[in-house]
Amino acid sequence: MSNDTELETLVNREYQHGWVTDIEMDTLPPGLTEETVRFISATKKEPEWLLDWRLKAFRRWQEMVEPTWPNVHYPPIDYQAIAYYSAPKTQKPLGSLDEVDPKLLETYEKLGIPLSEQKLLAGVAVDAIFDSVSVGTTFKETLRKEGVIFCSFGEAVQEHPELVQKYLGSVVPASDNYFAALNSAVFSDGSFVYIPKGVRCPMELSTYFRINAANTGQFERTLIVAEEGAYVSYLEGCTAPKRDENQLHAAVVELVALDDATIKYSTVQNWYAGDEHGVGGIYNFVTKRGKAGARAKISWTQVETGSAITWKYPSVILQGDDSIGEFYSVAVVNGMQQADTGTKMIHIGRNTKSTIVSKGISAGKGQNSYRGQVKILPKAHGARNYTQCDSMLIGNACGAHTFPYIDVQNSTSDVEHEASTSKIGEDQIFYCKQRGLNTEHAISVIVNGFCKEVFRELPMEFAVEAQKLLGISLEGSVG
Amino acid sequence: MALLDIQDLHASVDDTAILKGISLTVNAGEVHAIMGPNGSGKSTLAQVLAGHPAYEVTGGSVTLDGADLLDMEAEERAWAGVFLAFQYPVEIPGVTNAYFLRQAYNEIRKARGLDELDPMDFLDLLEEKLKVVEWGPEIMERAVNFGFSGGEKKRNEILQMAVLEPKLAILDETDSGLDIDALRIVADGVNQLKRPDSATILVTHYQRLLDYIVPDYVHVLAGGKIVKSGGKELALELEKRGYEWLTGVAESAALA
Repeated sequence: MSNDTELETLVNREYQHGWVTDIEMDTLPPGLTEETVRFISATKKEPEWLLDWRLKAFRRWQEMVEPTWPNVHYPPIDYQAIAYYSAPKTQKPLGSLDEVDPKLLETYEKLGIPLSEQKLLAGVAVDAIFDSVSVGTTFKETLRKEGVIFCSFGEAVQEHPELVQKYLGSVVPASDNYFAALNSAVFSDGSFVYIPKGVRCPMELSTYFRINAANTGQFERTLIVAEEGAYVSYLEGCTAPKRDENQLHAAVVELVALDDATIKYSTVQNWYAGDEHGVGGIYNFVTKRGKAGARAKISWTQVETGSAITWKYPSVILQGDDSIGEFYSVAVVNGMQQADTGTKMIHIGRNTKSTIVSKGISAGKGQNSYRGQVKILPKAHGARNYTQCDSMLIGNACGAHTFPYIDVQNSTSDVEHEASTSKIGEDQIFYCKQRGLNTEHAISVIVNGFCKEVFRELPMEFAVEAQKLLGISLEGSVG
Repeated sequence: MALLDIQDLHASVDDTAILKGISLTVNAGEVHAIMGPNGSGKSTLAQVLAGHPAYEVTGGSVTLDGADLLDMEAEERAWAGVFLAFQYPVEIPGVTNAYFLRQAYNEIRKARGLDELDPMDFLDLLEEKLKVVEWGPEIMERAVNFGFSGGEKKRNEILQMAVLEPKLAILDETDSGLDIDALRIVADGVNQLKRPDSATILVTHYQRLLDYIVPDYVHVLAGGKIVKSGGKELALELEKRGYEWLTGVAESAALA
């Protein structure tokens, strides 16, 4: 068999998480009006200020237009055809995980995320989000002893409204952009993390997002606050069933790292990518941003293998002096996938430092764009940025694009940008095969080598997971 | 039975015939040198034996230990004991030499029904093999051929050969681009790795490698055919007279 046919077979491998959980749901009919926003807020028994905040966002959103600058193409989205709220029917305030519908527990088991604490990876607490709501959070008590709050967003609104009110929208204002405004109006659930002053969070925190219902958007909101000198490492994972329709996922993540705090945020995104003809798949339009105080550090690591379209730029506002921002990214497109992703590093404080390492892999007919902005403001004396942006092409039908924006307004700063493009060629694969590795193994070794600098930033268990995922999304993509 | 038996091998690339009927028998314990001018098909022969997909075999047969080599995928040939030291070894950024070699070593062991070695045991094995090419352990943490000098790349090929212990080693222009010290190290390595049950094919343009690795047979390839075979003295004659007198033979042979 020739390489090409062998690779063709491998590329058509099925998406593993494409099944649907059969469970009764309360789903709001499609459509978006002020009433929808009021309904969501009322269902979640939200305080008046939050309803007002949502309504303000909704009105702003109505005046805004969807951005057209990303290097992605898709038919117009009908925002009235989307359902904005969907929750498992048995939903009631959950006292403990024992009360969660067994079907939901099964769902997560099947995804490899067991929610019962005995079975969990030691040292990782999980919040599981199913469509619009959180179905349970593990290790809550253990964390509470340290003063760490890790719960669903809805719960945080009820139990810690003062914290939510103080920080919600403080990094990503409701009017920041089209999708952030939409999210601010209709967000349903998400995770909330609060690490008190000087506390090093004793375990990895993670949120697992699952879209299940059809024609439903997922609009989650994550807010992480690390007080002075606190430390937290957080990971999110995502999957969705295979459906012929495109589904919208418009999330907002806000990170607040106060002076001397560290937040490490890792994402392994594996939303359904659509089939080989580009039918179906998730539109992943996400706003992620962090604000770093003096000597604080915010580090984004992302491994993006799924979604039909990805539009996201996890960013850091380096406000405090000596703060550090990092962005490590692996973005893979295969089939008909499109990604426009990168970061923004906004240097405001003195001696602020940022590092960007972006690895884009394009296969099949995928189109991968890196878009990154490094902005050094006038008072950022001694600011430094290092950007490394590498693209790898597999086959002849894919594309890699780079859009760096560098804006330096301070002459004492130092900005470096390096870029490379390489191609996995027949010769590289042949070399590995000649040494006894089959094609599948060869691609996996080559691609993992390419991504090494990013993978080593991931927590150990997830690095292994990410490598496997990368293997699955890419094997056999040489055409 | 011959270790390698090539009969009337024809091969082409992009519909251009390169090999036009090569027959060659190699027995265990032998060293064969394939020489010839540029474009004669020497490297093509090496690539075809290793199973490079860019070359199409259009006729003839090749067996290794009696098994049909042409029917095997490149990795299956590696499992069967074919090793090609590349003329231009490929770089694999981000993958350490140690990791890559262990993957290769274990794949070959697995294919032969042997247990895989764990990283610790493999490091012990490596330590021994590094001596063959006079290298220290630091080379194992560098990415495969990445940023290596030309000489280091060739040495790395010999190291891989030492670890994988092939039955049939094909060295494609391993001497090209080597300074005299590197040439000695590479040649010493190859000589140490000779075993009574394995054979070596040296593909080379120049005689100088053969001062270090003495061949049992020398074959001259021209125009996709073996135009002359002889002992090691043939190489010396080529050194003096060049290839033209033989290329002429090839042309008249074609006319006849």
